Amino acid sequence: MNDPSSSRTIDSALRQPEARSTPKVLRWSRDVTPPVLLMLFVLATWHVVSLRSGLSAFILPSPTQVLQAAWETRDLLGPAIGTTMIETVIGLIVAILLGIAFAAAMDFSSFLRRALYPILVTSQTVQILAIAPLLIIWFGFGLLPKVIIVVLVCFFPMAVSTADGLASADPDHVALLKTMGAKRSQIWRLVRLPSALPSFFSGLRIAVTYSVVGATIGEWVGGSAGLGLYMLRSKNALATDQVFVAIVITSALSIGLFALIYFLERALLPWYYSAQRTEHWEGTGIF
Amino acid sequence: MNVPKVELRNVSKTFFGARRQIKALENVSLSVEPREFVTIIGPSGSGKSTLFNLIVGLLEPDTGDICIDGDVCQDRISRVGYMPQRDLLLPWRNVVDNVILPQEVLGTPHEIARKKAFELLPLFGLDEFADAYPFALSGGMRQRAALLRTILSEKEVMLLDEPFGALDALTRKELQDWLLGVWRKFNQTFIFITHDVEEALYLGDRVIVLSSRPGTVVHSLEVNLPRPRRQGMVALPEFGQQVSELLEKLGVSI
Ligand SMILES: Nc1ncnc2c1ncn2[C@@H]1O[C@H](COP(=O)(O)OP(=O)(O)O)[C@@H](O)[C@H]1O
Ligand SMILES: [Mg+2]
Repeated sequence: MNDPSSSRTIDSALRQPEARSTPKVLRWSRDVTPPVLLMLFVLATWHVVSLRSGLSAFILPSPTQVLQAAWETRDLLGPAIGTTMIETVIGLIVAILLGIAFAAAMDFSSFLRRALYPILVTSQTVQILAIAPLLIIWFGFGLLPKVIIVVLVCFFPMAVSTADGLASADPDHVALLKTMGAKRSQIWRLVRLPSALPSFFSGLRIAVTYSVVGATIGEWVGGSAGLGLYMLRSKNALATDQVFVAIVITSALSIGLFALIYFLERALLPWYYSAQRTEHWEGTGIF
Repeated sequence: MNVPKVELRNVSKTFFGARRQIKALENVSLSVEPREFVTIIGPSGSGKSTLFNLIVGLLEPDTGDICIDGDVCQDRISRVGYMPQRDLLLPWRNVVDNVILPQEVLGTPHEIARKKAFELLPLFGLDEFADAYPFALSGGMRQRAALLRTILSEKEVMLLDEPFGALDALTRKELQDWLLGVWRKFNQTFIFITHDVEEALYLGDRVIVLSSRPGTVVHSLEVNLPRPRRQGMVALPEFGQQVSELLEKLGVSI
């Protein structure tokens, strides 16, 4: 409205959102620089403290000692990472499918919503550390109990976020489709599912960060392989440097999964993220 | 005399809220001829949007009948094209995919629907924006996209609810002229809600005035202006007279 000469002027100004916002590389470095600097600072402090404080490597190994321990146990680490990742990914996939099924059921009928919601919440209040040994007793030392633990941990955020997403569909969009003569299944496919995607991905981001930890807890309690077992054995051998190796690798795997989802989200939902990015100049009075 | 395209007989509608009930429409009767351009004007809250929700079949009247083509009185849903007050473009679909939505719902093959859409995009000033998502469009473009979507529903009756309400005055005049062009080209029956007296007169063959709540028809004015309309006509004395007449019926002192 600042430029009332014609709608065409406004249109062409709006056509290049990229041209107005900060260049991509700059935006990226602006996001990445602070955490990298902080990480370097923490590592340096850790290094100095472990060298100068006179604490033994058994209490506080230095970063280089941890690196060295990782290198020395590399033959153990490779298969351990593989085992943990297989459990994690299978558990995640099951949790996603189950979460979607629960969310769809709760969206479909309020009777099912009332029936399922307490089960959902209960699944989160169950003490994993207490139930893990039980699962081992029932299902043995193999893959299954670990997958179940991952599912238990991840299924709640998936179900809740997907259900919220489905419920967030704009009722006016639904009404508009009804005026076009849309059937219930069409309203689902054309409006409700797409509306649920941003929320679904938020849940997925939370779920993946829990999932690796879930799998390692299962292995710690009763595993024949995996990072959890590596961690347990290192602890029992008082190999503190290897415990640190396990911690760092577990975190790195979680962060890797998180980043994967983050980029997947941005690639699959351009309409959502670009719209958020342009909001600040959308509100300048043109609309 | 021909069968009216849209006819309402003694329609009343009350909403029952949690604590109070709101009588939105009382005893509304009106009929619209085929290919007529009727504008409806009334203060906000007078039940204009409710009237449209009733005609499309999202709501049923408490009393009275609503008929399309004389005989379709029940199951009116999907018999008319509806452009609601908000443009309601789906944010996850680009312009083409948004405008083919009614066709997609009806089961028209994608290729055919897209072909039709691409033929009309230039007329709607959207040809360069076929792939753009709604967030990147200006207000005027969003309204044009919503209107194209309504036109592509290929219904004989178009209900437009304050489509230009949120636009600046110049964009608005531009779109008014362009809308009249669309109406001439497609031979459809238009019912157009506005709260702007001059817009109602400029566009309509007939202006229907609703009272404030509960909405009733207080006046129906045959517009005394030649077609095709020109923006210069707003300076004519008869235009001014009719503006006064409408304002008076709306209860504005002049
Ligand atoms: N679904 C609804 N439930 C309850 N009250 C409603 C509903 N829709 C509209 N109303 C009420 O009916 C009256 C008329 O609304 P509306 O038709 O939107 O008016 P207008 O479009 O003329 O501004 C308003 O007082 C509004 O609050
Ligand atoms: Mg309204």
